[in-house]
Amino acid sequence: MLTVSSLTRAELGERLARPGLRLQTGSFVTCIGSAIPAVADGIALLYAEYPLQDAGGFADFHVSLQGSGGLRRWVRPQVRFDYDGTRPFEPLPVAQAFALFEWSMNYCVSTRVHGYLLLHAAVVERDGVAAILPAPPGSGKSTLCAALVTRGWRLLSDELTMVRLDTGEIQPLPRPVSLKNASIELMRAFAPQAVFSRPVNATAKGTVAHMKAPTGSVRRAQERARPAWIVFPRYVAGAAPHLAPMAPARAFMQVAENAFNYSLLAAAGFKALTRLVDASTCYQFTYSMLDDAIDVFDRLTPP
Amino acid sequence: MIATPLLVQLLRQPGQLAGASLADWELMLRQAALANLTPALYYLLDERGLLDCVPAPARAHLEWARAAFERHAQGVRFEVLKICQALASTGVPVVLLKGAAYAMAQLPAAAGRLFTDVDVLVPKARLAVVEGALILAGWACGHHDAYDQRYYREWMHELPPMEHFHRRSLIDVHHGLLPQTASARPDPATLLAGARPIGGHAALHMLAPADMVLHSAVHLFYDGELEHGLRDLLDLHRLLADFGRAPSFWQELPIRACQLALARPLFYALRYATSVLHTPIPAGVSLAVDAGRPNCVLLAVMDQLFGRALLPAHASCADWLTGTARFLLYVRANWLRMPPLMLARHLFRKAFMSPKA
Repeated sequence: MLTVSSLTRAELGERLARPGLRLQTGSFVTCIGSAIPAVADGIALLYAEYPLQDAGGFADFHVSLQGSGGLRRWVRPQVRFDYDGTRPFEPLPVAQAFALFEWSMNYCVSTRVHGYLLLHAAVVERDGVAAILPAPPGSGKSTLCAALVTRGWRLLSDELTMVRLDTGEIQPLPRPVSLKNASIELMRAFAPQAVFSRPVNATAKGTVAHMKAPTGSVRRAQERARPAWIVFPRYVAGAAPHLAPMAPARAFMQVAENAFNYSLLAAAGFKALTRLVDASTCYQFTYSMLDDAIDVFDRLTPP
Repeated sequence: MIATPLLVQLLRQPGQLAGASLADWELMLRQAALANLTPALYYLLDERGLLDCVPAPARAHLEWARAAFERHAQGVRFEVLKICQALASTGVPVVLLKGAAYAMAQLPAAAGRLFTDVDVLVPKARLAVVEGALILAGWACGHHDAYDQRYYREWMHELPPMEHFHRRSLIDVHHGLLPQTASARPDPATLLAGARPIGGHAALHMLAPADMVLHSAVHLFYDGELEHGLRDLLDLHRLLADFGRAPSFWQELPIRACQLALARPLFYALRYATSVLHTPIPAGVSLAVDAGRPNCVLLAVMDQLFGRALLPAHASCADWLTGTARFLLYVRANWLRMPPLMLARHLFRKAFMSPKA
């Protein structure tokens, strides 16, 4: 199967401009249209090993990121996200085009893929079992996820944990890991071999950069995993690593709060979440040093 | 001339597209999403036993839409119940309109039909009582300035939309089908007199079958917002197929249209339902609705405009005139709402003086 890296940078740019790049991420194909060089650069850098779909296949989502027309072409140029004729977001400065692309990819899944219980959580796997890290933004979930996947854990997803409604397994959706502010430099130092996109300043979330998903995770994107742990991470400066067991009922409520479609799925959502919590050991985890944190994760034993 | 979109072909003849390619399904689902018809497509195929013919990746999209629709339907039932409770003390009967009526009466038109607000019709004399009862139960008018309040209360046929402070559900309280300022104004008392109970719900009512069709036609052909034009046309298609099984329906419909001064929208409804969706209409009915036929020049123009605006709002269903057609129909809908001078003042106000949302 062809991958993004089989195209030259020029071919990639042309394909993105027209008829659109059919990029496979996890179990989805997104047709991406964009004439903005930063989008093509970001895809070339962070999606090199991702498969491309031939024309004539089925794309799940159709997105485009284009510069605004009119005066905006010259004065403070902007980028607009278009989901097949609808524009769910306000335009952003063109410098944020690649970050907007990443958010758009999350938007496509989180707003419509109701065949799964969708959690706003990172999820990593080892030996076939998965640790889910749900947490509100700013809790250090992505930083911890990035650190774990550079030390032997497989990335299933950094933002979207997809729980199958039929089997309760986690369906991977490995994409770049989103890092914010101080985490960017921290991860660069922690994993010098990893690939990072150029940081973009002054977004709604502060400075943002993306770390490339490990090649092995991308290759194994169709291999599902069994949930084993739900860990709510909390970064506390100077704190010693501390893993505190959490009552399942409390974990249930907190995961529900971090779900995109728990309420939409109604009874099916309740069933899926019950099964998920029943299958997992739940913890609250306080940490300050990544090495300590990884040590704790490596010593987790499946329930 | 725009080729018939795949989605429209599927709505006409669901059986014929069982052999569609993956690329066809991709395009159909894109058209359905913009027409807000994905769940309707699911139920259409389900009803005909055709879901198993849909290729897996396309089937997944239909299933996702079904899940979202089931939740929507549950929410509608809950909100209607809450509205009933809120209005119980007023003694005003709850007459549901459009989507909420189809849903509670479990009409075929409700299958997969998404909508945002519950519409009710009440006698104008009871408007204040109804509004008060809804406010007590937690609904309130959103952010409307004094001009908007006056626009709704003096000119329109409904109160400003009310939103529940906690659940965010929307209710539109109507006292008529068309603005008080429109030249054609069906008498709401006649409509209310014909309303009938919805089976299984003691407190709920809906309009008579002919009136439901006429209201749907008024909404589609007198309203400027045609993004969901195909969905509304599908409503007409399904209502006509459902009610049309009673032979007396087809005799009553044209008579009722004349009685309510709605012969024109009925003419358009039957014309475009048959031309776009191939709705079966008994012989003789088209002659009976000819009272509403516009002159041939106007009709030729309308064919061009509605022929475009009733297609899915997707790029694959548009030509160079589609944007203009939609704009002209928007202007027309406003033109029908109020006299020219009033309209000019209103549009000026909206363009230059209203606070931006």
